[in-house]
Amino acid sequence: MSAALLIDFGSTYTKLRAIDVAGRRVLGAGQGPSTVTTDIGIGLRAALADLERALGSLPRFQYRLASSSAAGGLGMVTVGLVRELTAEAARRAALGAGAKLIGAYAYRLTAADIKAIAALAPDILLLAGGTDGGNSEVVIANAKRLATSALACPIVYAGNRAAADEVVAALSGKTVIVAANVMPEFNVLAIEPARAAIRQVFIDRIVHAKGIDRAAAEFDAVLMPTPAAVLEGARLVADGTERSPGLGDVLVVDPGGATTDVHSVASGAPAAGVVPQGLPEPRLKRTVEGDLGMRHNAGSIVEAAGIARIAADSGASEERVRELLAALARDVGHLPASAEEHALDNALARAAVRLAVSRHCGTIETCYTVTGPVTVQHGKDLSGVAAVIGTGGAIVSGRSPRSVLSTALADAAEPLSLRPRRPRLLLDTNYLLYACGLLSTVEPQAALELALAHFSELDEENTHERACCA
Amino acid sequence: MVTGVIGSDTHIVGNRILTMALEKAGYKVVALGALTPAPDFIKAAVETDADAILVSSLYGQGELDCRGFRDLCVEAGLERILLYVGGNLVVGKRSWDETQRTYLGMGFDRAAPPGTRVDTVLEWLAGDLAAREADAERASA
Repeated sequence: MSAALLIDFGSTYTKLRAIDVAGRRVLGAGQGPSTVTTDIGIGLRAALADLERALGSLPRFQYRLASSSAAGGLGMVTVGLVRELTAEAARRAALGAGAKLIGAYAYRLTAADIKAIAALAPDILLLAGGTDGGNSEVVIANAKRLATSALACPIVYAGNRAAADEVVAALSGKTVIVAANVMPEFNVLAIEPARAAIRQVFIDRIVHAKGIDRAAAEFDAVLMPTPAAVLEGARLVADGTERSPGLGDVLVVDPGGATTDVHSVASGAPAAGVVPQGLPEPRLKRTVEGDLGMRHNAGSIVEAAGIARIAADSGASEERVRELLAALARDVGHLPASAEEHALDNALARAAVRLAVSRHCGTIETCYTVTGPVTVQHGKDLSGVAAVIGTGGAIVSGRSPRSVLSTALADAAEPLSLRPRRPRLLLDTNYLLYACGLLSTVEPQAALELALAHFSELDEENTHERACCA
Repeated sequence: MVTGVIGSDTHIVGNRILTMALEKAGYKVVALGALTPAPDFIKAAVETDADAILVSSLYGQGELDCRGFRDLCVEAGLERILLYVGGNLVVGKRSWDETQRTYLGMGFDRAAPPGTRVDTVLEWLAGDLAAREADAERASA
């Protein structure tokens, strides 16, 4: 038997999945604490012991691959020129690489900006600005400013190609990696090279800088940040492999403790006759809603959704909701126990998913011109995606996954929002998406079949009935 | 060069001919096409470091759409960018002279009346760009 060990060094837990690669099945799971602040190996060994208890004995692992969001994840700051153009392209490249975006800047950096960036202490800074042959003045000025800062992190340069030499020279005291421009031509988005460069810096430097390689004897490689592994998993199940088709366009929703992540694998191109506006959309898109977190940002979910809505949805009074929220804020590790707490968690997850998916999906509007009405689209049209996949504890361990995931769907009350209309609703019951994303780097066919065999289809009639989808 | 048709105007043909002529003359053109809001011209010009913006308007509302265009450019740090406007700019019984004065007063460098040949625009551009360059050299000397 060829076995694979897939490790997620998370911010709270170290999670393991042991996979029988040839048999396409999950052998078992293990969990330990996250011990990155002391010695990452302690948590990993605890998780391995947990796995061994489940399996009886540990098999010899042919692959031992890891992703990490430990030690604050991959903290990134992006800098671009025009906010809606290269600055936005840089933001999307960072998010697509699985980063935790801690600052996004546009135009000329001021002395105060430089101070703020140094204080943020990102793991990587992504510097962009100007199309190839376009504006070079601002990006060079920004490079000179950054050169004077106390910033010690690697800088990935993905701006105007014509300015690259001067930027590298200006930043001679720092570590600089040059990638292709995120916007080589006006309104053309090319974020893949920058994503690849960020991934490489992560593997080469960040893993070491965060002390994750201290447990290096226990695994082969830390390949990517965990959000990037989830995005890779989503890409795999959507596109399939050379031999097998995937599910088609998918949307993945992950309401976490601090943020809600939404990933889409779909072109999102406008329907016939609809005019796209704004920056072109990447096929692989990840958005992170920093104000929608089931624990650390439960208060701001309620703020965004309105307390009346949360109260009505959970069946508690507004006053009681406030009390429960205050308790959550005091104990962010709390798991729901009473029926009331379960109901509140369900309402929070429903609101987080509804808002996060609304923000991720595009919108249409009608403009009236002298030649008649024209339909204009901003963002991605995801109304036709084949599947919406829910992952993460808030959905999977919740009482009614279907009621949470269904808030991602198009709503007759909001006809201008391009949310999925009639997708299959699938559940990543075993938290396998990250594992399949990692496994796809070595065994794509096995990873695909494993994922498809382990999603649960959420049946319309019966919320608790979970049938296999493949 | 940045070209486009401003406002809620869909009349793209003239602008496309102009764009093709500019490209043929060797200019690098960012063509924003029809239905382009004024701020989009400026954002494109900043990012691509454009030397000129050529705005078309054919549906009679150009004066409203173009009001404040130069101010937007100045705001974005494009004080010296060349601004041309052309199309059906005359509205009602106003004379061309009066219309031209209006647009030049708004900060456009050139306003082209209906029927202006592409060659004329190319000549203006060559002359104006050379003059800008000479100015810049004098300033730095």
